[in-house]
Amino acid sequence: MATSQIIAALAHHPFLDGLQPNHLDKLAMLACEISFEPDQVIFREGDPSSFFYLILSGRVAIEVAAPGRFLTIQTIGGGEELGWSSLLDQVNKQFRARCVEPVCALAFDGPRLTAEFENDHEFGYMLLRKVLATVAERLRATRLQMLDVYARKSGKGESGQ
Amino acid sequence: MSLLAAPPATVKRPIMQPAVGRVLQVVKETHDTFTLNIEPPPGDPVARFRPGQFSMLYVHGVGELPISISGDPECHDYLTYTIRSVGQVTYQLVTRQPGECIGLRGPFGTAWPLTEARGKSLLIVAGGIGLAPLRPAIYHVLRHRGDYNRLVVLYGGRSPRDLLYRKEFAAWGMLPDTQTLATVDYGGVSWRGHVGVVTAMFRHVRMQPDETVAMLCGPEIMMRYAGRELESRGIPASRIFLSMERNMKCAVGFCGHCQMGPYFVCKDGPVFPFTQIKPYLDLYEL
Repeated sequence: MATSQIIAALAHHPFLDGLQPNHLDKLAMLACEISFEPDQVIFREGDPSSFFYLILSGRVAIEVAAPGRFLTIQTIGGGEELGWSSLLDQVNKQFRARCVEPVCALAFDGPRLTAEFENDHEFGYMLLRKVLATVAERLRATRLQMLDVYARKSGKGESGQ
Repeated sequence: MSLLAAPPATVKRPIMQPAVGRVLQVVKETHDTFTLNIEPPPGDPVARFRPGQFSMLYVHGVGELPISISGDPECHDYLTYTIRSVGQVTYQLVTRQPGECIGLRGPFGTAWPLTEARGKSLLIVAGGIGLAPLRPAIYHVLRHRGDYNRLVVLYGGRSPRDLLYRKEFAAWGMLPDTQTLATVDYGGVSWRGHVGVVTAMFRHVRMQPDETVAMLCGPEIMMRYAGRELESRGIPASRIFLSMERNMKCAVGFCGHCQMGPYFVCKDGPVFPFTQIKPYLDLYEL
């Protein structure tokens, strides 16, 4: 993918909505196009956090190992980001990321990206705000998931929906 | 006439007296949910309903429950109900055999605003068994496809084995100008679809908020968060509609069992505009 195509892909990526053109250019310089096959593991639990991904297409399952199986906690698709922990210092991956469909993404080396944040605080602030919004959205979603709102009700309150 | 207006009083018998319907068919949808087709007495107005309305189903000697109608509103030969077995009355309903009788009252309540939604896109958000009350609206849109723009159906369930109407849902997604997405809270090993809450699906929807009408039905917590999220995405609260669930008894606003603030869910609802019901959604007492 040529740099101009990468800039175009970044400009249309929902995660980066509203980012200034000079920041998109900076990201484009650090981006590397990458593809994954179905069932390919992008990272495993315990791996050092290295890459931050912007998913362009496809779907990735975030999984946690349980005795004898993996449980899918969440799926992430085109227009979303993956691997935000690579933007934090000394954090290992907490989950496994496995492709359930062919995935096309833009990958960014976490340490290089955070070094750029140090050089350009405005760039770092704008991007980390977007990361924080994603983290907050996923926290809210996880809390809702934990409520198990679709669970069976007792007979006392049975009704028609 | 507005589809949200109260249904015309065409019932000839006393409103509390059930008609006797006959079970034609019982179809197992999931491990705990069944769809019943019930034939009403010939010519009985109990069969003429608008999408979103409900009936009171009575198992003789056991009890009566409000059950949303889940079938095609233009089929007047029988009524369709999708029922989750969660207690004594629902268990008795889903274990009826073809030929057995069930008492029917209704139809009751307000309907989905399908007339007002003409010329617009429809975003349908269902959770769990909440897809059942929305299915008549989907049937209506599919029968009158030219009257509406895009149709998007988002469906959240607990796990893949809890999802209703799976073949039908997949078939809807193959139709032109129609998008369907299902997500589950707990995906099994073989599930290759989305995992996560239904609100996370909004980012994958392709439609214009300024010409979209949203219809929501599911657990109240899900609808509350989905309603807020849709507002933040540009759909005004006046174009978001929710189907509420309360413990209805009389179904005609006499008994007060289903009161929610100033409203009786049985006669002022179950379908409410989000603007009308929002102040009462997060009150513990209600």
